[in-house]
Amino acid sequence: MTSIILRTATRYMFPPLLVFSVYVLLRGHHYPGGGFVGGLFAGSAFALYALAFSAADARKLLRFDTRDITAFGLAVALISGIPPLFCGNAFLTGTWWKMPLLTGGVLDIGTPLVFDIGVYLVVLGVLLTLVFTLGEEE
Amino acid sequence: MTLLPVLPIIIPLAGAVLCMLFRKSLMLQKALAVATSFMMLLTAVCLMAHTARGTIAVMNVGSWQAPFGITLAVDMLSSVMLVLAGLLAVAVSVYSCFDLDGPRIKFGFFPLMLILLMGVNGAFVTGDLFNLYVWFEVLLTASFILLALGGERPQLEGSIKYVALNLLSSALFLAGIGILYGMAGTLNMAELANVVKDGERGGLVTMVAVMFMMAFGIKAGMFPLYFWLPASYPTPPAAVSALFSGLLTKVGVYSLIRVFTLIFTNDPEFLHGLILAGAGLTMLSGVLAAAAQYEMRKILAVHIVSQIGYIVMGLGLFTPLALAGTVIYLAHNIIVKTNLFLVAGAVHRLKGTYDLHKLGGLYKERPGLSILFIISAMSLAGVPPLSGFFAKLTLIIAGLRAESWLIVAVALGVSLLTLYSMTKIWAYVFWKPAPAPLPDLDPMAPGKWAAFLLPMVGFTVLTIAIGVFAGPVFDYAQQAAGQLMDPQGYIDAVLGGAK
Amino acid sequence: MEAVLAIVIGVLYGGGLYLMMRRNLIQLIIGLGLLSHGANLLIFTAGGLRKGGAPILDEATNTYASAPADPLPQALILTAIVISFAVTAFALVLFLRTYQTCGTDDVDELKGTDT
Repeated sequence: MTSIILRTATRYMFPPLLVFSVYVLLRGHHYPGGGFVGGLFAGSAFALYALAFSAADARKLLRFDTRDITAFGLAVALISGIPPLFCGNAFLTGTWWKMPLLTGGVLDIGTPLVFDIGVYLVVLGVLLTLVFTLGEEE
Repeated sequence: MTLLPVLPIIIPLAGAVLCMLFRKSLMLQKALAVATSFMMLLTAVCLMAHTARGTIAVMNVGSWQAPFGITLAVDMLSSVMLVLAGLLAVAVSVYSCFDLDGPRIKFGFFPLMLILLMGVNGAFVTGDLFNLYVWFEVLLTASFILLALGGERPQLEGSIKYVALNLLSSALFLAGIGILYGMAGTLNMAELANVVKDGERGGLVTMVAVMFMMAFGIKAGMFPLYFWLPASYPTPPAAVSALFSGLLTKVGVYSLIRVFTLIFTNDPEFLHGLILAGAGLTMLSGVLAAAAQYEMRKILAVHIVSQIGYIVMGLGLFTPLALAGTVIYLAHNIIVKTNLFLVAGAVHRLKGTYDLHKLGGLYKERPGLSILFIISAMSLAGVPPLSGFFAKLTLIIAGLRAESWLIVAVALGVSLLTLYSMTKIWAYVFWKPAPAPLPDLDPMAPGKWAAFLLPMVGFTVLTIAIGVFAGPVFDYAQQAAGQLMDPQGYIDAVLGGAK
Repeated sequence: MEAVLAIVIGVLYGGGLYLMMRRNLIQLIIGLGLLSHGANLLIFTAGGLRKGGAPILDEATNTYASAPADPLPQALILTAIVISFAVTAFALVLFLRTYQTCGTDDVDELKGTDT
């Protein structure tokens, strides 16, 4: 598709979409959101790019192979289940650290966040594998 | 020990991830797949040893207590299935190291195979109905891609039927889960068993049970819902066919057994009667369809259907002895059926065809391969002293004790027809002289050929071993059946707050 | 409300099954989609249609702020939607490839492996 409007709009939309996807991912910590929706946002940003330019361009922009992203995400999600084992809990039990911040507050960081990052990457990878495959069929 | 029940899921997943990351190197992928399979087998054997004396290994994932979280529970039936899945994984991964072409491996055969195995193992260990649905979807999605991998026309045509019918069955399964949740407020199988036992709303339970029967029946390839099976199973490469025929339908059967011994025991006269009728028709229609075929792999594929009939027959009779027969038959069938598909793949590799009319004279050329085939084929038909004989004997004695004369008659008749089909393959492919001499397509070096045959030799030894050591096998099966017939132990273990 | 949803579910199932029995691959895929929507809605309805807040305990009082709704059916449906999304996407690729290889989207002509 060679639409100047879509291409220009995509150039402007692309960075905010990616930032928003990370925002949604982190927001999932305590509020609606999370890795799946975040991954879909990021995926749709690249899908939009593929639509406006071409699947090959989007691939170049992504830099990593989509299957590598999927595999890496799976690995992250899998590893997130391991820390609770050292505390004597069952696999995948949510484990939390309280991290004091310089500003005086305390940040809760837990394995669910790591798991969510894994989900984010898997969703991104799988979605783009499908989108690119379909896009390159022409 | 708290980690043990989840290992059958973690190991193949880790293997798949590594295979995906190192997908550039064929050698490394092969090594990883074989190593992962061996580790799977090892954990499965550990679990089997752990549960052998009737203890049930329970684990609450994420420390969410049953019945609120997802519980993994491994009893004797589960651990047998896990061991069989491990054996099959080892055999298929070794076999496909020699048999598969580079492009297929490059495209991700090994990661997909390991994801499939993860789904299969997950289905065997889970104690939660919705989780079972998720594992089914995991293994189905992997199997869809494996089936279509390569993209030849028959493969694609078979895949469409396979995908459409399996998705239909998943939708049915999901609907059943929804109604059950609305009724019982839980999806933990042990808790569900308690709710159903209380006996309220029997009619609704029976209706849901029939929905589950249909959903699992499609996946298991039971009459009258098996038409997708012969249309799709013979189309992919032999390694994939062997994996599917050995495991996928058996997951459906396993789920039937689990659900209809644990939860839906409220109306055995109707429900298990229905299963028994289905079993008889499955056996008959499968074996009759096979008699008309003249393509080696197609005959074997249609025979899966009739074999499923035998396995389900034990569940339909619903006595301890019959269930023991079912357990033995499951083990026997997974081993033998996979082996037959592997041998068929070897024949295809040598001669480039599965057509009975074109093949011939293989006994003279490859006596070793022929002997591997004939042992498995005789075992499938139920010739003593092989594993099939004892499995069938147990089922038939159980049928006689339950005085279900008709099903016994059907089982015996089908057994004869199976012998006919197997001797047909034997006579056409191995015994008769080749009609037109076919050249050896792929003359492997003798050492490589031996390694290629190794999985088949292993399975053949197993089928003989089950026959020879029928005593201990039978004892184990009886214990497993005892656990299934009296699910209170399972329920207590799951709900007892074990960590 | 249950009655309305029951009718909607029925329509979704009916439409889905009707489309599945058509000969066109695209209709088959739309039918499968409708069927899974029907199943999801069924879970939603069977889980009980109640108004309620989020089932999160108040930290101070250890009670719910308002009567909570059952979150499980929604979690189940979310999972099922994700799965059906992936499967539908795969089916699209498969059907496209089939159309390219076989040159037809008529299911009746795809029976080379049936006998």
